[in-house]
Amino acid sequence: MIEAVAERCYHCGLGVPSGANYSLMIGDQLRPMCCPGCAAVAATIVGSGLGSFYKFRSAPNVLVNQGENSTKNPYLDWDIPEIQNEFITRQDQGQQSIRLFIDNITCAACTWLIEKHLAKLNGVEEINVNGTTLRAEVVWDPQRLNLSEILNAISQIGYTASPINDSSDIPDIKDQSRKLLLRLGVAGLAMMQTGMVSIALYAGSFQGMEQEWQTLLRLVTVLFVTPVVFYSAQPFFSNAWRSLKMLHLVMDVPVALAIALAYIASLYATFQGGGEVYFDSITMFTFFLLLGCFAEQRIRHKNLLLLNRGHLLPPVITQIFPSQLYLSQRAKSARSENNAWDENSARGEKSVWGEKSACGEKTVPIKTLKIGDFIRVNAGQTIPCDGLIVSGDSQVSEALLTGESRPLPKQAGATVYAGTINGANPLEVEVAAIGEGTKLSTILKLAERAAMHKPRWAGLADRMAGWFIGALLIIAAAVAWYWSQQDPDRALWITLSILVVTCPCALSLATPTALSVASGRLRAQGFLINRAHVLEVLPTIGRVIFDKTGTLTEGNLNLLHIALARSQSSISERQILDWAATLEQGSEHPIARALLQADVEKGVGKDIAGQTVARKVEQQQFVTGCGVTGRINDDRFAFGNPQWITAASRVLGDVEIDVSAQEKSTVDADPVDNRGIEVGLARNGELITKLYFGDQLRDSASLAVNHLRDRGLNVSLLSGDPSPAAAEIVRPLALNDCHFSLQPEQKLNRVQQLQQQGQPVLMVGDGINDVPVLQAADVSVAMGQASELSQINADVILLSNDLTVLPDAIAVAAKTRRIIKQNICWAIGYNLIALPLAAMGYVPPWAAAIGMSASSLIVLLNALRISPRESR
Amino acid sequence: MESLYLLIPISLVFIVFAVRIFFWAVNSGQYDDLDSEGERILFDDDPPENQIKNTDEHITKRKTKSKTVSKNKSEGKKEQP
Repeated sequence: MIEAVAERCYHCGLGVPSGANYSLMIGDQLRPMCCPGCAAVAATIVGSGLGSFYKFRSAPNVLVNQGENSTKNPYLDWDIPEIQNEFITRQDQGQQSIRLFIDNITCAACTWLIEKHLAKLNGVEEINVNGTTLRAEVVWDPQRLNLSEILNAISQIGYTASPINDSSDIPDIKDQSRKLLLRLGVAGLAMMQTGMVSIALYAGSFQGMEQEWQTLLRLVTVLFVTPVVFYSAQPFFSNAWRSLKMLHLVMDVPVALAIALAYIASLYATFQGGGEVYFDSITMFTFFLLLGCFAEQRIRHKNLLLLNRGHLLPPVITQIFPSQLYLSQRAKSARSENNAWDENSARGEKSVWGEKSACGEKTVPIKTLKIGDFIRVNAGQTIPCDGLIVSGDSQVSEALLTGESRPLPKQAGATVYAGTINGANPLEVEVAAIGEGTKLSTILKLAERAAMHKPRWAGLADRMAGWFIGALLIIAAAVAWYWSQQDPDRALWITLSILVVTCPCALSLATPTALSVASGRLRAQGFLINRAHVLEVLPTIGRVIFDKTGTLTEGNLNLLHIALARSQSSISERQILDWAATLEQGSEHPIARALLQADVEKGVGKDIAGQTVARKVEQQQFVTGCGVTGRINDDRFAFGNPQWITAASRVLGDVEIDVSAQEKSTVDADPVDNRGIEVGLARNGELITKLYFGDQLRDSASLAVNHLRDRGLNVSLLSGDPSPAAAEIVRPLALNDCHFSLQPEQKLNRVQQLQQQGQPVLMVGDGINDVPVLQAADVSVAMGQASELSQINADVILLSNDLTVLPDAIAVAAKTRRIIKQNICWAIGYNLIALPLAAMGYVPPWAAAIGMSASSLIVLLNALRISPRESR
Repeated sequence: MESLYLLIPISLVFIVFAVRIFFWAVNSGQYDDLDSEGERILFDDDPPENQIKNTDEHITKRKTKSKTVSKNKSEGKKEQP
C-alpha cells in the first residue's frame, strides 16, 4: 500500500508528524505532506501544470520553511533602483538581466521546474538555470515585471533565490574549468589516436616491421603527442617551474621531468631511428593526471560556488532625514507621546514622525551611511553600524557579538553595536561608527592576529615529492652509470625506461583522488570544505570545542514550558497557545515568532482539514516592554511580563501557579529564571498561566556529542554567555568542561593554550565573537546560519546545521587517510617491482604503458570506495 | 601498404575537425553545466493527460511562450563570448 509506505512527506521526504493533515492530490493520488510550507509549494507546482516534476526528479526536495504563509512579498526592497543597480545589467531593448544564486537545487529536474515556472511569468524574456554553478540568469522586461515578483515566484516553488554579484570569481571559475576541459579533451583524443597507432607499432615489434613503416607510424604519433606535451601538459610544467624557483619540491616536478624526458628521448629515437618510443605512455599519463585535476577542480569550484551565496535580503536600511524641527519636536514629545508612538511602531509599520514633521525617509544602501546620519532599524533587522539610540525602546540580541542568548533591553541613550539584531520594536539610531571604527572590526583585527599563529599543515603528497624525486634521480644515475660501463648502446634507453616506468602517475593521483571523493561525499551531507588541510587534519583532532548560542543551541527563543494555574487546569495547552498567538498577531517580537513556531508544530489554529482558522482580536494594544492586551470573544486578555499583568489587572494574591514545575514561581521574581523568559497570560483580570521561553538545544546536539565522545575525543564548551541559564541548557550534554562569560580574547587564549599542549583543536562556532578562535583552531567549522564573517573565516561550513555530521566527517576523514595510505603503498610497491625490472632492461614500452595505466586505475577505483552514498 | 600515405592524412583531417568542434562546444558554454543538461531531454514538455486542467487556449499560449523562451535561450548562448 502506498499510504502505508508514504508516511514521508511527498515533497521533502521527511517524516510526516502525527496529526498533521496537509495531504494533496498529485496526479490521481492523495499524497501526504509534512507541513503547510511543503503543501503550499506542491500546490503551486501542481497548480501551474508542472506536476510531472515529481515524476522526473531523482532526489527529494529540501524542506520548505515551516509556517511561512504570509501573503506579503518579502523581497520588495529589491525593487529599489539603487539596490538593483549593483546587480543588474541593462540590455538594448530596455530589458534587464540579473544573476541569481538558487539554493536547494537537488537534481536536474529542479532546474527544469524553475525554468518552466519562471517562463510563465509575464515579462520574463529568458531564464537559464545552471545546475552545476547553482546560478540562474534571468532576462526580464522591467516595464511588465518587478524583480521582487521573480524572486517571490521562485520561493513559491520551494527554492530561495538571492541576487548575486560575482563578477570577480565566477568568470575565473568558468574560464579555468573550460581551459582544463579543453586540455583534458585534447589529451583524450590524442591518447586514443596514439594508442591506435602504438598497437600497430607493438605488433611490428613482435612480428617485425619494415623500417619505412615504423618511421612513418612514429612520425604520425609525434603529430598527436606534440600538442599534448605543449598544450595539455602545460600546467604541470609551469607548476614545476614555479616550485623549483621557490626551492620547494611538489609532485609536479617528477611529473614534468618524466613527460619532458620521455618526449625528448622518443623524438630522438624517431628521427635517429632505433631505440624505443614512449609516446603512448606520455599521452595516457597526461590524460589520467588531467582527469584527476579535473575532478579535484570540480569539487573545489562547487564548494566555492556554494560559498558565495549572494544576499537574500538586500543590504539596505531606512535612513531618516530629520530637520531641525524634527529634532526639537522629538525632544519635546519624547515623554508626552510615548504611548501613541509605541502603539504604531510596535507593528513595525510606520513612524509617527514620518507623517508629522517635514523629515523624509528613504531606503538606502548601507554602505552610503555616514557618521551622524539617522537610521531606523525595524524589528528583526540587523543593526548595520555602532550607534546611539535616539528614540525607541526595544530588545536587542547581541548573541552574534557576545554569545549572550538573552535579548538585552535598550532604550533611548543606549549604545547599539553593528552586527546585533533588533528584536522587538523599531529603533531610531544615530550612526556613531561605521566600518573600521566599529566594535566588530576590533574583533576582526584579533582574528587577523590569530590567523598568523595557525598551525601549518603541508600536504602529504608534497612532503613525499621531495624524497621521491631524490631517490629516483640517484637510482637513475646509478643505473645509467652501470649500463654505460656494460653496454653503452643500451644505457640511454634503459635509463629512460626507468624514468617512464617509475613515473609517479599513480603516486600523484593517490592523494587528490581520495580527497576529492571524500569532500564530494561530505558536501552531500552539508559539510562544505573550504580549505585543503581539513581532511588531513581531522583524524588527528584531540579536542572538539563548541560555542553555545547558535551552535549547540538553536539560538532563538522557543516555547519551553507552559505552567497552568491550579484553578485553570481544565484549559488545554492548545487553547492557551491559540489565545496567546491571537493576541500577538501582527507583532514582530521574538516571543510572537516563537509562539507562531510552536503553533505550527502543534497544529494550533487549524481545523480538522488543516485549514487556518481566522483569528480575531479586538482592541489590541501593545505596551512596549510590558506586553499586549486585547479582547477575544468578549473576554479581556493580557499577555506579557507577569509583574505588569498583576499590576494591570489589579489582581494580587488570589492566583496560584502550578508548582509541578521545578520551582515555585513568584510574581515578583526576576522575570528571567533558569528556564528562560517568563510570560504571563491573564483572562478577565485573572492570571491563568505562565509560559516560559528560552533557547533550546539542537536536536542533533546530544547525539553528536555522544558520538564524538565515543571516538575518544574531549568535548568542551567556550561560551560568551554570562547568563545563569547557559549552564542549565548544556547540562544534559555532560561536556568535559565548560567555560562561560568569555570575551573573544579569552576564548582565543584558551584555544591557543590547548594547542600548545599538543592537542589539535576542532572549533565549532557561529558568532562574530567566535571569529578569532575559528581562525586559530586547527580545523574550524561555522554553522550554516552563522554570520557571514565567521563563515569566511572558517575552514568548513556546516550548511545543514546538523551537528551529527561532525563525527561522520571525522570518520570519513579517517577512512580517507587509510585509503590514501593504501594508495601510496600500492603506488610505491608498484614502482619497487617495476624499477629493478626496468633497470635490468626487461621493460619494453608496451609493458610500461600497461603497468602505468593499470596502477593508476587501481588507485582511482580504491579512492571511489570512500563514497558508498551517492554524492550530488 | 602504400595506402597508409593516403589514409593517415585523411584520419588526421578528421581529428583536426573533431578537436575544432570540441573547442567550439566548450567555448560556447555547452559544457558549463555538467549536472543537469544530460537529463534535460528526458523531461517531457507536454503534461500527461490527467494533469491538464487548464483550457486548451491557455495551454497553446503556454507552449508558444515556452518555445520563444527556448529560442531566446539558444540565441543568448551564442551571444556569450
